[in-house]
Amino acid sequence: MIGAADDQLTIFERSREGRRAFVAPALDVPERPLDELLPAHLRRAEPPKLPEVAEPEIVRHYNRLSKRNFDLDTGFYPLGSCTMKHNPKLHERVAALPGHAKLHPFQDPAHAQGALELMWRLQSALSEIAGLPHVSLQPSAGSHGELAGVLLTRAYHEDRGEHRTKVLTPDTAHGTNPATVTMAGYEVVKVGTDEQGNVDLDDLRSKTTDDVACLMLTNPSTVGLFEPGIEEIAKIMHGVGATLYYDGANLNAIMGICRPGDMGFDIVHFNLHKSFTQPHGGGGPGAGPIAVSDRIEPYLPRPQVVRRSASAGNGGGEHYYDLDYDRPKSIGRLRGFQGNYGVFVRSYAYIRSLGAEGLREVSEVAVLNANYLLALLREAGVAEYLPAAYDRICMHEFVLSGAPMKRELGIKTLDLAKRLLDHGVHPPTVYFPLIVDEALLIEPTETETKETLDHFAQIVAEILREAREDPEIARNAPYTTPVRRLDEATAARHPVVRQPL
Amino acid sequence: MTSYVSATEQDRREMLAAIGVESIDELFAGIPAALRLSGALALDRGLSEQEVYDELRALAARNTSTEEELSFLGAGMYDHYVPALIDSIILRSEFLTPYTPYQPEISQGGLQAMFEYQTAISELTGLPISNASVYEGPSAVGAAGYVAKLHNGRKRFVVSRGVHPHSRETLATLAHGWEMEVVEAPLSDGVTALPELGEDVSAVIVQQPNFLGAVEQLEPLASAAREAGALTICACDPLPLALLNPPGECGADIAVGEGQTLGNRLDFGGPSFGFFACTEELMRRMPGRIAGETRDVDGKRGFVLTLQTREQHIRRERATSNICTSQALNALAGVIYLSWLGRRGIVELAELMLQRTAYARERLAALEGVTLLHEQPVVREFAVELEAPVERVLHRCRERGVNPGYALGREYAEYPNGLLVAITERRTKAEIDLLADTLEAAIAAERSAVGARA
Repeated sequence: MIGAADDQLTIFERSREGRRAFVAPALDVPERPLDELLPAHLRRAEPPKLPEVAEPEIVRHYNRLSKRNFDLDTGFYPLGSCTMKHNPKLHERVAALPGHAKLHPFQDPAHAQGALELMWRLQSALSEIAGLPHVSLQPSAGSHGELAGVLLTRAYHEDRGEHRTKVLTPDTAHGTNPATVTMAGYEVVKVGTDEQGNVDLDDLRSKTTDDVACLMLTNPSTVGLFEPGIEEIAKIMHGVGATLYYDGANLNAIMGICRPGDMGFDIVHFNLHKSFTQPHGGGGPGAGPIAVSDRIEPYLPRPQVVRRSASAGNGGGEHYYDLDYDRPKSIGRLRGFQGNYGVFVRSYAYIRSLGAEGLREVSEVAVLNANYLLALLREAGVAEYLPAAYDRICMHEFVLSGAPMKRELGIKTLDLAKRLLDHGVHPPTVYFPLIVDEALLIEPTETETKETLDHFAQIVAEILREAREDPEIARNAPYTTPVRRLDEATAARHPVVRQPL
Repeated sequence: MTSYVSATEQDRREMLAAIGVESIDELFAGIPAALRLSGALALDRGLSEQEVYDELRALAARNTSTEEELSFLGAGMYDHYVPALIDSIILRSEFLTPYTPYQPEISQGGLQAMFEYQTAISELTGLPISNASVYEGPSAVGAAGYVAKLHNGRKRFVVSRGVHPHSRETLATLAHGWEMEVVEAPLSDGVTALPELGEDVSAVIVQQPNFLGAVEQLEPLASAAREAGALTICACDPLPLALLNPPGECGADIAVGEGQTLGNRLDFGGPSFGFFACTEELMRRMPGRIAGETRDVDGKRGFVLTLQTREQHIRRERATSNICTSQALNALAGVIYLSWLGRRGIVELAELMLQRTAYARERLAALEGVTLLHEQPVVREFAVELEAPVERVLHRCRERGVNPGYALGREYAEYPNGLLVAITERRTKAEIDLLADTLEAAIAAERSAVGARA
């Protein structure tokens, strides 16, 4: 155990025998001997060593811990690919209504009509946004939606009596794509990127054989560019009978502008914690619904939320909402119950607030903000050291390369990121995508003001100016954070992942 | 229409000028014209905040929550009391709004909470290593199965019929992609019958307490698995673990489970969290985030995400899982709840449930038309069989504001009139008595209705 000052103690180190917060309700039934109810050989020898702390100390402990976090409500968070947009406060209020928050997942559908209708309406809205007719809300996160999508692909091919073994992913893909392919039992085949940052169509053609099950594509891609050859890509994939999978991580760029279904995609996942404002929670919860074309629909996970015509005995309203388990070709379940309903409530509230016009404005301003910031950085003289990896109009995010900065100024992308911490902004995504040397992936989102973007550009220019004079400053940054650079190598070599008690 | 965008017309003009384009439309010129939507999406018009609130409130009002009926529903999620301090902490923007802690210097709050959470889960399960959360219970069983596949490469899972039906179905969905087979170990008198284990068995999967509420004897199952060279995966319910032999001490290699009961609300099934704990041997095959303790350059204690070479963003197609976003905020609620219960409180809570459940079980078993489905020890939930059609009995009870529980026949054809009844600390003796009276009357009414029809 590492000796720690008071503000670094864990809740376990604050524990003192005899302290408590919880008081059990009074025992109101006749007490029976423990041995009679639970024989000794089934019981644990001693209770789990949970902390013994009174309520005031628990509250103070976690409030203090909270202050050692940087958060979106406090500062700029241009973390590329993560869509750190404002999380509307209304959403927490409506999600906490007892009719939503205290609804048991096995409640009879007749007594959960509001929840099922909300899910049905969310499915309809997501279907319209994706341009694909069917939606399952079940997956719990983007990567879970990906897994659903690749398993759907497998079910589709198997149902046609085909055994395909490969899935294509571009070399710009998020790590979740190739990891998902492996988890779904396929072999990953990597497709290259051309000099303009687009999928290399010749490489794609040469790898698209009839044992390819699917191409997983992010569009706009992870370098922040719309694939101009998307129609051709769809033609190539469909030409060999493969499916086209849309990774929705970057949907925030195109809502109401264009739709994956119209581009030829068969399967789309949404990240409700990105485009649809579910707060990220420091690493979840999220939700990863999927939208699919008619040919994929029979295989969707079960149960599906459906709307049936009302009949005598099932409600009396015009429609009756239900869970449909009778899906003989379904891939089955991917998790318990009906999905992350609390997330659905928030995302549905968001879509209702904005409507079609508002969603389109989101994407327009997200793209405007990104291009403005890119132009500003160019203007501020930053481009000399941090050039755009692909110097053209971008979508909602863009990639800079820190290679010249490393070469000319002797500071790496990591150093720049750490120095940004001292300026009170969250760094962009660093060292991703992998194909750009010393990459920085910057996504400002639509909810940031022009002044915030101006300020960020000034900070980056200032850090570069400072590095020209003394690169050591950035190399040793940060200085003002609760802790400074941490020894990650030792942490991985000799993992201490729980507290010895 | 509500908008969370600040850009004014003036801002937009200045920004477009800086970019060097005339209009926002020009920014989208790279999208092939044929793909650009000519009209608006077919969605209802945007609303003001108060209109959205009203609509969401009206939807909520059409659900019957556990505040509006006397509910004995469990079967995987339970109506426990969530203390007030949890919301006061997890709604703080510093916990609610950050991303995954990729920049540890400004994420010590979240990382330390993960470390504390891992310690608490390790204590509960009796296994040395816990990750920082997975999605939820049934998918955690699937994730454990994948670790077994990576570990020994064998072709078959043996899963107890006492494992939650959603967990079994999730595992089967995933196993299909791994070209693995899932076979079921039957129940005998409410608990898992020791199955024959061949050399092709990758893992034996049991649940503690099982879906019928029965406490399983884990040791013989785990040692049989070990002898056959298979792993033992135990899906467990964390609150009963206050009293029960922890899976790690019974020989389980992996313990997973649904974390909803630890300070998370029901939310119609999610978001909650799944927990995942394992032996040292399996640590480097574990899915998900893991926080580890270390020092900074000044020697100060700090926490980082560690063992990241398992993960998708580093290892890509060779990762041990594809999981990225999981359930950090829900796991935070979990560790706050466990701290609130504390070492003695968790035992007191579990003992209260044990006593009240025993009372309820005895009370119901004494009713005309009710028999116990098994007589194994139980902690918070028990199963009975009714001598009347269970769905009709449930309907009659619900009309009187009582929801007696989960009808087992939906998933267990062998118990067509089985009923699973959960007794959390929320259910008092008086409420249990009301359940008994209501159930008795409903069964009697149903039997006389059947008699009259005959």
